[in-house]
Amino acid sequence: MMSLRSLAAGLVVAAISLPASMAAAAETNVAVAANFTEAAKEIAAAFKEKTGDEAALSFGSTGQLYTQISQDAPFEVFLAADDERPAKAVSEGYAVEGSAFTYAIGKIVLWSTDADLVSGEDTLRSGDFNKISIANPTTAPYGAAAVETMKALGVYDDLEPKIVQGNNIAQAFQFVQTGNAELGFVALSQIAANSEGSRWEVPVDLYTPIKQDAVLLKKGEESAAAKAFLDFLKGPEAGAIIEKYGYGTAAGS
Amino acid sequence: MSVPELSSETLSAIRLTIELAAITTVILLLVGTPIAWWLARSKAWWKEAIATVVALPLVLPPTVLGFYLLVALGPSGPGGQIASLWGARTLAFTFEGLVIGSVIYSMPFVVQPIRNAFEAMGERPLEVAATLRASPLRTFWSVALPLARPGFLTGAVLGFAHTVGEFGVVLMIGGNIPGETKVLSVAIYDYVETLRWAEATVLAAGMVVFAFIVILTMTLIEKRVARPGK
Repeated sequence: MMSLRSLAAGLVVAAISLPASMAAAAETNVAVAANFTEAAKEIAAAFKEKTGDEAALSFGSTGQLYTQISQDAPFEVFLAADDERPAKAVSEGYAVEGSAFTYAIGKIVLWSTDADLVSGEDTLRSGDFNKISIANPTTAPYGAAAVETMKALGVYDDLEPKIVQGNNIAQAFQFVQTGNAELGFVALSQIAANSEGSRWEVPVDLYTPIKQDAVLLKKGEESAAAKAFLDFLKGPEAGAIIEKYGYGTAAGS
Repeated sequence: MSVPELSSETLSAIRLTIELAAITTVILLLVGTPIAWWLARSKAWWKEAIATVVALPLVLPPTVLGFYLLVALGPSGPGGQIASLWGARTLAFTFEGLVIGSVIYSMPFVVQPIRNAFEAMGERPLEVAATLRASPLRTFWSVALPLARPGFLTGAVLGFAHTVGEFGVVLMIGGNIPGETKVLSVAIYDYVETLRWAEATVLAAGMVVFAFIVILTMTLIEKRVARPGK
């Protein structure tokens, strides 16, 4: 019943914001995967400073955003947390062909607010904790990477009963931050700015690189602001911000 | 129409949801009745403040409740202290945690109808019972409860249904654990997000039918129960 209620609310919101987005030419609606939240905000600010155009950001899990896009949400640009959904958006006709590119390469970290808990893969092998938090692996690429890592280390079967899932990587982080889970796989970008707790940056050979692709959606095909934003995202200024937040870039790594 | 086959995952979500709603409803009837009684009978000037606190979940976004619960159930809150009694660290991600959340979240749906029923019967039946030398407890059991029956039915049905329909709070404190905290509404959300719309459709349609039956039944029961009294 609740989901129906929110569906109805979503339709109303979509109906209201659709004409608004078409009216304001120098504004573009960007759907952003939750893990890229902070970096996207900074990039949008730099973008505005440089071009005067406004990038209105909406955050959610990649799966959730994709579902909304498939249902005609008024987004012009899609910054996903994987390369699958943007490719699918192109093949399903929601996005402009040939516009997809990798804007960031995500890294996962095993993290705890407890300064002594995480020492490396041994922490996972010991299983000396009650709950380990990950993002929902079926919808969030960071969650899938976490599962891949645990499988690569051969600890997944042992740890499975201890896994709790956040709806997206932001919630997985929240579970650790509030102490409800002692540790969890989070995005390096989420903790790049602080040095609290203990962490283990997962070696990239344990999971498939999380290529985060951006794509121009059909709704943004005629939008100069949407295209300008994507160009800006490829440029060196955005690249510096992206790396600062703990991501690799296609050019940089 | 053939009945679509439900996966074991879905069946476990359905079972869990019914369990959660049933336990929550029983607790709410036990906890809510004295609260409703007090709200209906008390002359305390601050009782409406308490009534307001009980009613808060009606207007608060589930995310507010979910956020507070996440902190309160965790190791730095009271929930964590309770959990430490059996060596756990937190009440989040547990069925018990969901019960606590649901009791708070669905409280107004149970307390309000019962309070209304207690108020509607007025002082008179209780005074009559007192002149017949019935003890207050006897009066409550033999007079007040039967008279307030429609309120109890409405409260129980609404509390049950509202817990089945709960989503935001569960999403925030549940951790999506199959068989423990992955209830129906979360399962539907998962199916929609992963584009498994066939499964989502079956469950969503089931929820619509369920909601329809609940509300219709409640209306009919209320009519029937109310009639003999008049």
